[in-house]
Amino acid sequence: MTQMFSIEDVSVGYGKVEAVRNVSLSVEEGQIVTVIGPNGAGKTTLLMAAIGLLKSTGRMVFQGADLARIDVEGRVERGLCLVPEKRELFADMSVADNLLLGTYSLRDRSTTRKSLDDVFDRFPRLKERSKQAAGTLSGGERQMLALGRALMAKPKLLVLDEPSLGLAPLIVREIFRTIASLRSLGVSVLLVEQNARAALETADYGYVLETGEIIQSGPADTLIHDPKLIAAYLGGH
Amino acid sequence: MTADIAAILAIDGIATGAVYALVAIGTVLIFTVTRVIFIPFGDIAAFTALTLAALDAKQLPGTVGLVVVLACMASAMEVVSLARAGEFRAVPKAVLGYLVLPLIVVGIVWLTMRFNPPMPVRIVLALLLIMPISPLLDRIVFRPIADASVLLLLTVSVALHFALVGLGLLFFGPEGVRTEPLTSMAIEIAGVHVSGQTVLILAAALVFSGLLFLFFDFTLIGKALRATALNRTGARLMGIRPARAGTIAYLLGSLMAGVSGILIAPVNTIFYDSGFLLGLKAFVGAIVGGMASYPGAALGAFGVGIIESFASFQSSTLKDVIVFSLLIPVLLWRSLASQHSEEEVEE
Repeated sequence: MTQMFSIEDVSVGYGKVEAVRNVSLSVEEGQIVTVIGPNGAGKTTLLMAAIGLLKSTGRMVFQGADLARIDVEGRVERGLCLVPEKRELFADMSVADNLLLGTYSLRDRSTTRKSLDDVFDRFPRLKERSKQAAGTLSGGERQMLALGRALMAKPKLLVLDEPSLGLAPLIVREIFRTIASLRSLGVSVLLVEQNARAALETADYGYVLETGEIIQSGPADTLIHDPKLIAAYLGGH
Repeated sequence: MTADIAAILAIDGIATGAVYALVAIGTVLIFTVTRVIFIPFGDIAAFTALTLAALDAKQLPGTVGLVVVLACMASAMEVVSLARAGEFRAVPKAVLGYLVLPLIVVGIVWLTMRFNPPMPVRIVLALLLIMPISPLLDRIVFRPIADASVLLLLTVSVALHFALVGLGLLFFGPEGVRTEPLTSMAIEIAGVHVSGQTVLILAAALVFSGLLFLFFDFTLIGKALRATALNRTGARLMGIRPARAGTIAYLLGSLMAGVSGILIAPVNTIFYDSGFLLGLKAFVGAIVGGMASYPGAALGAFGVGIIESFASFQSSTLKDVIVFSLLIPVLLWRSLASQHSEEEVEE
Protein backbone atom coordinates (compact mmCIF):
# COMPACT_ATOMS: atom_id res chain seq x y z
CA MET A 1 0.00 0.00 0.00
CA THR A 2 1.24 3.50 -0.71
CA GLN A 3 1.30 6.21 1.84
CA MET A 4 -1.42 8.83 1.48
CA PHE A 5 -0.74 11.18 4.32
CA SER A 6 1.85 11.32 7.03
CA ILE A 7 2.43 13.53 10.02
CA GLU A 8 5.96 13.40 11.41
CA ASP A 9 6.88 14.83 14.76
CA VAL A 10 4.23 17.53 14.65
CA SER A 11 3.67 19.92 17.53
CA VAL A 12 0.95 22.55 17.75
CA GLY A 13 0.77 25.27 20.34
CA TYR A 14 -1.54 28.04 21.40
CA GLY A 15 0.91 30.66 22.58
CA LYS A 16 3.10 28.93 25.19
CA VAL A 17 0.79 26.00 25.72
CA GLU A 18 1.56 23.02 23.54
CA ALA A 19 -1.71 21.25 22.81
CA VAL A 20 -0.10 18.60 20.61
CA ARG A 21 3.47 17.32 21.16
CA ASN A 22 5.63 15.39 18.69
CA VAL A 23 2.81 13.44 17.15
CA SER A 24 3.52 11.12 14.23
CA LEU A 25 0.92 9.14 12.35
CA SER A 26 0.21 7.97 8.85
CA VAL A 27 -2.71 7.01 6.65
CA GLU A 28 -2.25 4.50 3.82
CA GLU A 29 -4.25 4.69 0.63
CA GLY A 30 -7.79 3.39 1.04
CA GLN A 31 -7.36 3.06 4.80
CA ILE A 32 -9.59 4.34 7.57
CA VAL A 33 -7.47 5.54 10.45
CA THR A 34 -8.90 6.77 13.71
CA VAL A 35 -7.48 8.89 16.48
CA ILE A 36 -9.33 8.32 19.73
CA GLY A 37 -8.87 9.97 23.05
CA PRO A 38 -10.63 11.90 25.79
CA ASN A 39 -11.96 15.43 25.60
CA GLY A 40 -9.13 17.97 25.49
CA ALA A 41 -6.49 15.49 24.34
CA GLY A 42 -5.70 17.73 21.35
CA LYS A 43 -7.55 15.76 18.68
CA THR A 44 -9.27 18.76 17.07
CA THR A 45 -6.06 20.81 17.32
CA LEU A 46 -4.20 18.09 15.44
CA LEU A 47 -6.77 18.10 12.64
CA MET A 48 -6.80 21.90 12.40
CA ALA A 49 -3.04 21.75 11.91
CA ALA A 50 -3.41 18.97 9.32
CA ILE A 51 -5.76 21.10 7.20
CA GLY A 52 -3.64 24.22 7.71
CA LEU A 53 -5.96 26.32 9.87
CA LEU A 54 -3.41 26.20 12.71
CA LYS A 55 0.34 26.66 12.46
CA SER A 56 2.46 23.68 13.44
CA THR A 57 6.05 22.54 13.58
CA GLY A 58 7.20 19.23 12.17
CA ARG A 59 6.56 17.72 8.79
CA MET A 60 3.37 16.82 6.96
CA VAL A 61 3.35 15.03 3.63
CA PHE A 62 0.27 14.47 1.50
CA GLN A 63 0.63 12.28 -1.60
CA GLY A 64 4.34 12.97 -1.71
CA ALA A 65 4.00 16.75 -1.39
CA ASP A 66 5.33 18.61 1.63
CA LEU A 67 2.45 20.66 3.02
CA ALA A 68 4.59 23.29 4.79
CA ARG A 69 4.01 25.98 2.14
CA ILE A 70 0.54 24.93 1.04
CA ASP A 71 -2.34 26.87 2.53
CA VAL A 72 -5.77 25.56 3.48
CA GLU A 73 -7.24 26.20 0.04
CA GLY A 74 -4.28 24.56 -1.67
CA ARG A 75 -4.68 21.46 0.51
CA VAL A 76 -8.39 21.31 -0.36
CA GLU A 77 -7.53 21.57 -4.08
CA ARG A 78 -5.20 18.60 -3.67
CA GLY A 79 -8.00 16.51 -2.18
CA LEU A 80 -7.39 16.90 1.55
CA CYS A 81 -10.82 17.83 2.93
CA LEU A 82 -11.91 18.47 6.50
CA VAL A 83 -15.40 18.06 7.90
CA PRO A 84 -15.00 20.13 11.07
CA GLU A 85 -16.60 19.48 14.41
CA LYS A 86 -18.70 22.63 14.03
CA ARG A 87 -19.75 21.56 10.49
CA GLU A 88 -19.22 25.17 9.24
CA LEU A 89 -22.24 25.09 6.92
CA PHE A 90 -23.57 28.14 5.08
CA ALA A 91 -26.67 28.54 7.23
CA ASP A 92 -28.65 31.00 5.09
CA MET A 93 -28.02 29.14 1.86
CA SER A 94 -30.01 26.20 0.56
CA VAL A 95 -28.91 22.61 1.03
CA ALA A 96 -28.34 22.32 -2.73
CA ASP A 97 -26.17 25.47 -2.79
CA ASN A 98 -24.13 24.16 0.14
CA LEU A 99 -23.49 20.95 -1.77
CA LEU A 100 -22.64 22.80 -5.00
CA LEU A 101 -20.05 24.88 -3.17
CA GLY A 102 -18.31 21.60 -2.37
CA THR A 103 -17.23 21.49 -6.02
CA TYR A 104 -15.55 24.91 -5.87
CA SER A 105 -12.05 23.45 -5.55
CA LEU A 106 -12.45 21.15 -8.57
CA ARG A 107 -10.90 22.04 -11.93
CA ASP A 108 -13.36 19.89 -13.83
CA ARG A 109 -16.97 20.41 -12.79
CA SER A 110 -18.56 18.38 -15.59
CA THR A 111 -19.49 15.64 -13.12
CA THR A 112 -21.25 17.94 -10.64
CA ARG A 113 -24.70 16.60 -11.58
CA LYS A 114 -23.61 13.02 -10.97
CA SER A 115 -21.91 13.85 -7.66
CA LEU A 116 -25.08 15.61 -6.54
CA ASP A 117 -27.19 12.57 -7.43
CA ASP A 118 -24.73 10.32 -5.58
CA VAL A 119 -25.00 12.43 -2.44
CA PHE A 120 -28.79 12.47 -2.69
CA ASP A 121 -28.80 8.66 -3.13
CA ARG A 122 -26.63 8.33 -0.06
CA PHE A 123 -28.69 10.79 2.01
CA PRO A 124 -32.27 10.89 0.65
CA ARG A 125 -33.17 13.30 3.48
CA LEU A 126 -30.99 15.95 1.88
CA LYS A 127 -32.84 15.59 -1.41
CA GLU A 128 -36.17 16.17 0.32
CA ARG A 129 -34.76 19.32 1.88
CA SER A 130 -32.59 20.50 -1.00
CA LYS A 131 -34.34 23.88 -1.28
CA GLN A 132 -34.41 24.48 2.49
CA ALA A 133 -31.84 26.72 4.20
CA ALA A 134 -29.05 24.70 5.82
CA GLY A 135 -29.64 26.52 9.12
CA THR A 136 -33.09 24.94 9.46
CA LEU A 137 -31.79 21.36 9.42
CA SER A 138 -31.64 19.05 12.44
CA GLY A 139 -28.27 18.05 13.92
CA GLY A 140 -28.15 14.74 12.05
CA GLU A 141 -29.12 16.33 8.76
CA ARG A 142 -26.42 18.94 9.23
CA GLN A 143 -23.79 16.26 9.65
CA MET A 144 -25.10 14.52 6.53
CA LEU A 145 -24.89 17.82 4.66
CA ALA A 146 -21.36 18.48 5.90
CA LEU A 147 -20.31 14.99 4.81
CA GLY A 148 -22.14 15.31 1.51
CA ARG A 149 -20.58 18.70 0.83
CA ALA A 150 -17.10 17.28 1.47
CA LEU A 151 -17.81 14.31 -0.85
CA MET A 152 -18.79 16.75 -3.63
CA ALA A 153 -15.13 17.87 -3.61
CA LYS A 154 -14.06 14.31 -4.56
CA PRO A 155 -11.59 14.13 -1.66
CA LYS A 156 -8.69 11.71 -1.65
CA LEU A 157 -8.40 11.95 2.12
CA LEU A 158 -11.42 12.90 4.15
CA VAL A 159 -10.63 14.22 7.62
CA LEU A 160 -13.59 13.90 9.97
CA ASP A 161 -13.71 15.66 13.33
CA GLU A 162 -16.16 14.05 15.75
CA PRO A 163 -18.80 13.18 13.17
CA SER A 164 -21.00 11.57 15.82
CA LEU A 165 -20.90 14.45 18.29
CA GLY A 166 -24.33 15.36 19.63
CA LEU A 167 -26.23 12.98 17.38
CA ALA A 168 -28.90 10.43 18.23
CA PRO A 169 -27.65 6.76 18.30
CA LEU A 170 -29.61 5.79 15.20
CA ILE A 171 -28.05 8.60 13.19
CA VAL A 172 -24.61 7.84 14.60
CA ARG A 173 -24.96 4.33 13.17
CA GLU A 174 -25.95 5.75 9.79
CA ILE A 175 -22.98 8.13 9.74
CA PHE A 176 -20.54 5.35 10.59
CA ARG A 177 -22.06 3.13 7.91
CA THR A 178 -21.42 5.93 5.44
CA ILE A 179 -17.82 6.30 6.61
CA ALA A 180 -17.22 2.56 6.23
CA SER A 181 -18.66 2.68 2.73
CA LEU A 182 -16.12 5.32 1.67
CA ARG A 183 -13.52 2.54 1.49
CA SER A 184 -15.19 1.19 -1.63
CA LEU A 185 -14.94 4.66 -3.22
CA GLY A 186 -11.20 4.64 -2.68
CA VAL A 187 -11.37 7.54 -0.24
CA SER A 188 -8.99 7.37 2.71
CA VAL A 189 -10.33 8.60 6.03
CA LEU A 190 -8.72 10.14 9.08
CA LEU A 191 -11.36 9.98 11.77
CA VAL A 192 -11.21 11.64 15.16
CA GLU A 193 -13.75 10.41 17.66
CA GLN A 194 -14.70 10.32 21.29
CA ASN A 195 -17.01 7.43 20.51
CA ALA A 196 -14.03 5.07 20.60
CA ARG A 197 -15.88 1.81 20.16
CA ALA A 198 -17.76 2.88 17.02
CA ALA A 199 -14.59 4.45 15.62
CA LEU A 200 -12.46 1.33 16.17
CA GLU A 201 -15.18 -0.92 14.75
CA THR A 202 -15.11 1.13 11.56
CA ALA A 203 -11.38 1.81 11.27
CA ASP A 204 -8.44 -0.28 10.06
CA TYR A 205 -5.87 1.31 12.31
CA GLY A 206 -6.06 3.37 15.47
CA TYR A 207 -4.03 5.82 17.51
CA VAL A 208 -4.74 6.84 21.10
CA LEU A 209 -4.07 10.48 21.88
CA GLU A 210 -3.81 11.61 25.49
CA THR A 211 -2.81 15.08 26.70
CA GLY A 212 -1.31 15.89 23.33
CA GLU A 213 0.76 12.74 22.85
CA ILE A 214 0.22 9.43 21.11
CA ILE A 215 0.36 6.81 23.86
CA GLN A 216 -0.63 3.76 21.88
CA SER A 217 -1.30 2.62 18.34
CA GLY A 218 -2.11 -0.54 16.45
CA PRO A 219 -4.57 -2.30 14.18
CA ALA A 220 -8.12 -1.37 15.19
CA ASP A 221 -9.19 -4.95 15.93
CA THR A 222 -6.26 -5.34 18.32
CA LEU A 223 -6.92 -2.06 20.11
CA ILE A 224 -10.57 -2.88 20.57
CA HIS A 225 -9.61 -5.94 22.62
CA ASP A 226 -6.88 -4.24 24.62
CA PRO A 227 -7.82 -4.56 28.30
CA LYS A 228 -6.30 -1.20 29.24
CA LEU A 229 -8.22 0.63 26.54
CA ILE A 230 -11.42 -1.21 27.40
CA ALA A 231 -11.07 0.02 30.95
CA ALA A 232 -10.23 3.61 29.94
CA TYR A 233 -12.40 4.34 26.90
CA LEU A 234 -14.46 1.46 25.70
CA GLY A 235 -16.30 0.54 28.86
CA GLY A 236 -18.30 -2.68 29.23
CA HIS A 237 -21.30 -3.43 27.13
CA MET B 1 -46.35 72.49 -0.42
CA THR B 2 -48.79 71.47 -3.13
CA ALA B 3 -49.32 67.95 -4.41
CA ASP B 4 -47.49 68.88 -7.62
CA ILE B 5 -44.40 69.97 -5.79
CA ALA B 6 -44.55 66.90 -3.56
CA ALA B 7 -44.71 64.68 -6.64
CA ILE B 8 -41.73 66.41 -8.23
CA LEU B 9 -39.75 66.15 -4.98
CA ALA B 10 -40.66 62.48 -4.62
CA ILE B 11 -39.51 61.67 -8.16
CA ASP B 12 -36.34 63.61 -7.60
CA GLY B 13 -35.78 61.78 -4.33
CA ILE B 14 -36.35 58.38 -5.90
CA ALA B 15 -33.79 59.18 -8.60
CA THR B 16 -31.21 60.30 -6.02
CA GLY B 17 -32.11 57.27 -3.91
CA ALA B 18 -31.47 54.96 -6.86
CA VAL B 19 -27.95 56.37 -7.19
CA TYR B 20 -27.36 55.90 -3.45
CA ALA B 21 -28.82 52.40 -3.69
CA LEU B 22 -26.17 51.28 -6.18
CA VAL B 23 -23.39 52.52 -3.92
CA ALA B 24 -25.13 51.10 -0.82
CA ILE B 25 -25.40 47.64 -2.41
CA GLY B 26 -21.71 47.80 -3.27
CA THR B 27 -20.90 48.82 0.31
CA VAL B 28 -22.84 45.86 1.73
CA LEU B 29 -21.22 43.51 -0.77
CA ILE B 30 -17.70 44.57 0.23
CA PHE B 31 -18.50 44.59 3.94
CA THR B 32 -20.04 41.13 4.05
CA VAL B 33 -17.25 39.53 2.03
CA THR B 34 -14.21 41.36 3.46
CA ARG B 35 -15.52 42.97 6.71
CA VAL B 36 -14.21 46.31 5.40
CA ILE B 37 -16.59 49.27 5.50
CA PHE B 38 -15.27 50.77 2.30
CA ILE B 39 -15.76 54.51 2.84
CA PRO B 40 -13.93 55.48 -0.40
CA PHE B 41 -16.78 54.09 -2.50
CA GLY B 42 -18.20 57.53 -3.00
CA ASP B 43 -14.79 58.64 -4.22
CA ILE B 44 -14.82 55.83 -6.76
CA ALA B 45 -18.19 57.12 -8.02
CA ALA B 46 -16.88 60.69 -8.23
CA PHE B 47 -13.69 59.56 -9.99
CA THR B 48 -15.81 57.75 -12.58
CA ALA B 49 -17.69 60.97 -13.30
CA LEU B 50 -14.39 62.88 -13.58
CA THR B 51 -12.97 60.18 -15.85
CA LEU B 52 -15.98 60.34 -18.13
CA ALA B 53 -15.78 64.14 -18.25
CA ALA B 54 -12.12 63.95 -19.26
CA LEU B 55 -12.92 61.41 -21.96
CA ASP B 56 -15.73 63.68 -23.19
CA ALA B 57 -13.22 66.53 -23.43
CA LYS B 58 -10.83 64.25 -25.35
CA GLN B 59 -8.25 64.46 -22.57
CA LEU B 60 -6.38 61.56 -21.03
CA PRO B 61 -8.17 61.10 -17.68
CA GLY B 62 -6.19 61.38 -14.44
CA THR B 63 -7.44 57.91 -13.60
CA VAL B 64 -4.80 56.53 -15.97
CA GLY B 65 -2.01 57.87 -13.78
CA LEU B 66 -3.77 56.70 -10.63
CA VAL B 67 -4.23 53.16 -11.95
CA VAL B 68 -0.61 52.93 -13.14
CA VAL B 69 0.75 54.11 -9.78
CA LEU B 70 -1.52 51.77 -7.80
CA ALA B 71 -0.75 48.83 -10.10
CA CYS B 72 3.00 49.34 -9.62
CA MET B 73 2.62 49.57 -5.84
CA ALA B 74 0.32 46.55 -5.58
CA SER B 75 2.44 44.32 -7.78
CA ALA B 76 5.62 45.34 -5.96
CA MET B 77 4.00 44.45 -2.63
CA GLU B 78 2.70 41.16 -3.95
CA VAL B 79 6.06 40.18 -5.44
CA VAL B 80 7.92 41.07 -2.23
CA SER B 81 5.52 39.09 -0.06
CA LEU B 82 5.69 36.10 -2.41
CA ALA B 83 9.48 36.28 -2.45
CA ARG B 84 9.57 36.36 1.33
CA ALA B 85 7.41 33.26 1.47
CA GLY B 86 9.74 31.63 -1.06
CA GLU B 87 6.93 31.11 -3.56
CA PHE B 88 8.72 32.29 -6.68
CA ARG B 89 6.58 30.19 -8.95
CA ALA B 90 3.54 32.35 -8.13
CA VAL B 91 5.31 35.57 -9.15
CA PRO B 92 4.42 35.60 -12.89
CA LYS B 93 0.73 35.09 -12.09
CA ALA B 94 0.83 37.91 -9.52
CA VAL B 95 2.53 40.28 -11.97
CA LEU B 96 -0.06 39.37 -14.59
CA GLY B 97 -2.97 40.07 -12.25
CA TYR B 98 -1.71 43.16 -10.48
CA LEU B 99 0.38 44.86 -13.18
CA VAL B 100 -0.28 43.57 -16.68
CA LEU B 101 -4.08 43.44 -16.50
CA PRO B 102 -4.51 47.02 -15.20
CA LEU B 103 -1.95 48.21 -17.78
CA ILE B 104 -3.88 46.44 -20.53
CA VAL B 105 -7.00 48.35 -19.43
CA VAL B 106 -5.03 51.60 -19.53
CA GLY B 107 -3.68 50.66 -22.96
CA ILE B 108 -7.17 49.94 -24.30
CA VAL B 109 -8.40 53.33 -23.10
CA TRP B 110 -5.37 55.12 -24.51
CA LEU B 111 -5.74 53.45 -27.92
CA THR B 112 -9.51 53.78 -28.19
CA MET B 113 -9.39 57.49 -27.32
CA ARG B 114 -7.58 58.26 -30.60
CA PHE B 115 -10.66 57.26 -32.56
CA ASN B 116 -13.04 59.72 -30.85
CA PRO B 117 -15.35 57.01 -29.61
CA PRO B 118 -19.08 57.70 -29.19
CA MET B 119 -20.73 58.24 -25.80
CA PRO B 120 -21.62 54.60 -24.94
CA VAL B 121 -18.03 53.51 -25.62
CA ARG B 122 -16.71 56.35 -23.47
CA ILE B 123 -18.93 55.20 -20.61
CA VAL B 124 -17.61 51.65 -20.92
CA LEU B 125 -14.04 52.98 -20.98
CA ALA B 126 -14.65 55.07 -17.85
CA LEU B 127 -16.05 52.03 -16.05
CA LEU B 128 -13.16 49.82 -17.23
CA LEU B 129 -10.66 52.35 -16.00
CA ILE B 130 -12.28 52.72 -12.58
CA MET B 131 -12.72 49.02 -11.83
CA PRO B 132 -9.09 48.13 -11.04
CA ILE B 133 -8.74 50.91 -8.43
CA SER B 134 -10.49 49.30 -5.44
CA PRO B 135 -9.04 45.80 -5.92
CA LEU B 136 -5.57 47.39 -6.10
CA LEU B 137 -6.27 49.48 -3.00
CA ASP B 138 -7.46 46.30 -1.31
CA ARG B 139 -4.13 44.61 -2.09
CA ILE B 140 -2.08 47.61 -0.94
CA VAL B 141 -4.01 48.67 2.13
CA PHE B 142 -6.32 45.96 3.44
CA ARG B 143 -4.69 42.63 2.56
CA PRO B 144 -1.82 43.09 5.05
CA ILE B 145 -4.33 43.67 7.86
CA ALA B 146 -7.05 41.27 6.67
CA ASP B 147 -7.41 39.63 10.09
CA ALA B 148 -7.70 42.90 12.03
CA SER B 149 -10.87 43.96 13.83
CA VAL B 150 -13.72 45.62 11.95
CA LEU B 151 -13.03 48.83 13.86
CA LEU B 152 -9.38 48.97 12.76
CA LEU B 153 -10.40 48.20 9.18
CA LEU B 154 -12.93 51.05 9.34
CA THR B 155 -10.34 53.46 10.72
CA VAL B 156 -7.94 52.57 7.91
CA SER B 157 -10.80 52.89 5.44
CA VAL B 158 -11.53 56.45 6.59
CA ALA B 159 -7.83 57.31 6.31
CA LEU B 160 -7.78 55.78 2.84
CA HIS B 161 -10.69 58.01 1.86
CA PHE B 162 -8.74 61.15 2.79
CA ALA B 163 -5.68 59.85 0.94
CA LEU B 164 -7.84 59.26 -2.12
CA VAL B 165 -9.29 62.76 -1.97
CA GLY B 166 -5.72 64.06 -2.03
CA LEU B 167 -4.85 61.80 -4.95
CA GLY B 168 -8.04 62.97 -6.66
CA LEU B 169 -6.90 66.58 -6.42
CA LEU B 170 -3.47 65.59 -7.73
CA PHE B 171 -4.74 63.58 -10.69
CA PHE B 172 -7.96 65.40 -11.61
CA GLY B 173 -7.33 68.98 -10.51
CA PRO B 174 -9.70 71.25 -8.60
CA GLU B 175 -12.21 71.97 -11.39
CA GLY B 176 -15.74 70.64 -11.13
CA VAL B 177 -17.26 68.80 -14.07
CA ARG B 178 -20.71 68.08 -15.37
CA THR B 179 -20.98 65.56 -18.19
CA GLU B 180 -23.38 65.88 -21.12
CA PRO B 181 -26.83 64.43 -20.42
CA LEU B 182 -27.25 60.84 -21.49
CA THR B 183 -30.66 61.61 -22.90
CA SER B 184 -32.68 64.74 -23.54
CA MET B 185 -36.08 63.12 -23.82
CA ALA B 186 -38.71 63.56 -21.16
CA ILE B 187 -42.05 61.99 -20.34
CA GLU B 188 -45.17 63.04 -18.46
CA ILE B 189 -46.65 60.72 -15.87
CA ALA B 190 -50.05 61.87 -14.54
CA GLY B 191 -49.24 65.47 -15.33
CA VAL B 192 -45.82 65.38 -13.69
CA HIS B 193 -42.79 66.04 -15.85
CA VAL B 194 -40.20 63.24 -15.54
CA SER B 195 -36.86 63.72 -17.25
CA GLY B 196 -35.33 60.97 -19.30
CA GLN B 197 -32.29 61.06 -17.02
CA THR B 198 -34.50 60.11 -14.04
CA VAL B 199 -35.97 57.20 -15.97
CA LEU B 200 -32.48 56.14 -16.99
CA ILE B 201 -31.21 56.28 -13.40
CA LEU B 202 -34.04 54.11 -12.16
CA ALA B 203 -33.67 51.64 -15.03
CA ALA B 204 -29.91 51.39 -14.51
CA ALA B 205 -30.34 50.84 -10.77
CA LEU B 206 -32.87 48.08 -11.41
CA VAL B 207 -30.83 46.41 -14.14
CA PHE B 208 -27.56 46.42 -12.21
CA SER B 209 -29.02 45.23 -8.92
CA GLY B 210 -30.98 42.61 -10.86
CA LEU B 211 -27.81 41.40 -12.55
CA LEU B 212 -26.08 41.20 -9.18
CA PHE B 213 -28.84 38.99 -7.78
CA LEU B 214 -28.71 36.72 -10.83
CA PHE B 215 -24.96 36.49 -10.33
CA PHE B 216 -25.43 35.52 -6.67
CA ASP B 217 -28.12 32.97 -7.42
CA PHE B 218 -26.92 31.26 -10.56
CA THR B 219 -23.13 31.27 -10.65
CA LEU B 220 -20.74 29.28 -8.49
CA ILE B 221 -18.54 32.36 -7.99
CA GLY B 222 -21.58 34.32 -6.83
CA LYS B 223 -22.45 31.55 -4.41
CA ALA B 224 -18.83 31.48 -3.24
CA LEU B 225 -19.06 35.21 -2.44
CA ARG B 226 -22.22 34.64 -0.40
CA ALA B 227 -20.58 31.67 1.32
CA THR B 228 -17.54 33.76 2.27
CA ALA B 229 -19.85 36.41 3.68
CA LEU B 230 -21.75 33.83 5.75
CA ASN B 231 -18.88 31.71 7.04
CA ARG B 232 -15.25 32.42 6.22
CA THR B 233 -13.83 29.24 7.74
CA GLY B 234 -16.44 27.15 5.97
CA ALA B 235 -15.63 28.89 2.70
CA ARG B 236 -11.90 28.31 3.11
CA LEU B 237 -12.57 24.62 3.73
CA MET B 238 -14.29 24.57 0.32
CA GLY B 239 -11.12 26.01 -1.23
CA ILE B 240 -12.52 29.53 -1.56
CA ARG B 241 -9.71 32.04 -0.90
CA PRO B 242 -11.11 35.02 1.04
CA ALA B 243 -8.60 37.32 -0.69
CA ARG B 244 -9.80 36.21 -4.10
CA ALA B 245 -13.45 36.54 -3.09
CA GLY B 246 -12.56 40.03 -1.82
CA THR B 247 -11.05 41.00 -5.17
CA ILE B 248 -14.20 39.92 -6.99
CA ALA B 249 -16.36 41.78 -4.47
CA TYR B 250 -14.27 44.94 -4.97
CA LEU B 251 -14.54 44.65 -8.75
CA LEU B 252 -18.31 44.25 -8.61
CA GLY B 253 -18.72 46.97 -6.01
CA SER B 254 -16.60 49.34 -8.12
CA LEU B 255 -18.83 48.64 -11.10
CA MET B 256 -21.89 49.58 -9.03
CA ALA B 257 -20.21 52.74 -7.72
CA GLY B 258 -18.96 53.59 -11.22
CA VAL B 259 -22.42 53.27 -12.72
CA SER B 260 -23.83 55.53 -10.02
CA GLY B 261 -21.09 58.07 -10.76
CA ILE B 262 -21.97 58.08 -14.43
CA LEU B 263 -25.66 58.47 -13.66
CA ILE B 264 -25.13 61.39 -11.30
CA ALA B 265 -22.54 63.24 -13.40
CA PRO B 266 -25.00 64.97 -15.76
CA VAL B 267 -27.24 66.02 -12.84
CA ASN B 268 -24.75 67.32 -10.28
CA THR B 269 -21.44 69.07 -10.69
CA ILE B 270 -18.78 66.67 -9.46
CA PHE B 271 -15.50 67.72 -7.87
CA TYR B 272 -12.57 65.54 -6.81
CA ASP B 273 -13.99 65.51 -3.28
CA SER B 274 -17.69 65.14 -4.10
CA GLY B 275 -17.62 61.44 -3.36
CA PHE B 276 -17.60 61.71 0.41
CA LEU B 277 -21.22 62.82 0.85
CA LEU B 278 -22.41 60.36 -1.78
CA GLY B 279 -20.59 57.53 -0.04
CA LEU B 280 -21.75 58.61 3.39
CA LYS B 281 -25.40 58.77 2.36
CA ALA B 282 -25.17 55.38 0.72
CA PHE B 283 -23.57 54.16 3.95
CA VAL B 284 -26.57 55.47 5.91
CA GLY B 285 -28.80 53.48 3.56
CA ALA B 286 -26.67 50.38 4.07
CA ILE B 287 -26.87 50.76 7.85
CA VAL B 288 -30.67 50.83 7.66
CA GLY B 289 -30.32 47.39 6.08
CA GLY B 290 -28.04 46.31 8.94
CA MET B 291 -24.97 46.20 6.61
CA ALA B 292 -26.07 42.70 5.72
CA SER B 293 -29.23 42.85 3.63
CA TYR B 294 -29.21 44.01 0.01
CA PRO B 295 -32.93 44.81 -0.20
CA GLY B 296 -32.63 46.53 3.17
CA ALA B 297 -29.73 48.64 1.94
CA ALA B 298 -31.53 49.56 -1.28
CA LEU B 299 -34.69 50.49 0.62
CA GLY B 300 -32.67 52.53 3.09
CA ALA B 301 -30.91 54.32 0.24
CA PHE B 302 -34.22 55.21 -1.42
CA GLY B 303 -35.44 56.47 1.95
CA VAL B 304 -32.36 58.67 2.29
CA GLY B 305 -32.86 60.02 -1.24
CA ILE B 306 -36.51 60.91 -0.66
CA ILE B 307 -35.88 62.48 2.75
CA GLU B 308 -33.01 64.48 1.30
CA SER B 309 -35.19 65.71 -1.55
CA PHE B 310 -37.94 66.96 0.78
CA ALA B 311 -35.42 68.31 3.27
CA SER B 312 -33.67 70.36 0.60
CA PHE B 313 -37.01 71.92 -0.32
CA GLN B 314 -37.63 72.94 3.28
CA SER B 315 -34.14 74.09 4.05
CA SER B 316 -31.38 73.41 1.56
CA THR B 317 -28.64 74.41 4.01
CA LEU B 318 -29.80 71.87 6.58
CA LYS B 319 -30.57 68.95 4.27
CA ASP B 320 -27.48 66.94 5.18
CA VAL B 321 -28.02 67.62 8.87
CA ILE B 322 -31.58 66.32 8.57
CA VAL B 323 -30.50 63.18 6.70
CA PHE B 324 -27.72 62.28 9.12
CA SER B 325 -29.82 63.10 12.22
CA LEU B 326 -32.31 60.51 11.03
CA LEU B 327 -29.59 57.91 11.41
CA ILE B 328 -29.76 58.21 15.20
CA PRO B 329 -33.25 56.72 15.68
CA VAL B 330 -32.41 54.04 13.10
CA LEU B 331 -29.27 53.07 15.00
CA LEU B 332 -31.22 52.98 18.26
CA TRP B 333 -33.87 50.79 16.72
CA ARG B 334 -31.29 48.45 15.21
CA SER B 335 -29.31 48.08 18.41
CA LEU B 336 -32.49 47.27 20.36
CA ALA B 337 -33.80 44.90 17.70
CA SER B 338 -30.65 42.84 17.24
CA GLN B 339 -29.49 42.09 20.77
CA HIS B 340 -29.65 38.34 20.34
CA SER B 341 -27.65 38.23 17.14
CA GLU B 342 -24.29 37.56 18.77
CA GLU B 343 -25.36 34.15 20.03
CA GLU B 344 -26.52 33.16 16.57
CA VAL B 345 -23.06 33.70 15.18
CA GLU B 346 -21.77 30.71 17.15
CA GLU B 347 -23.77 27.99 15.43
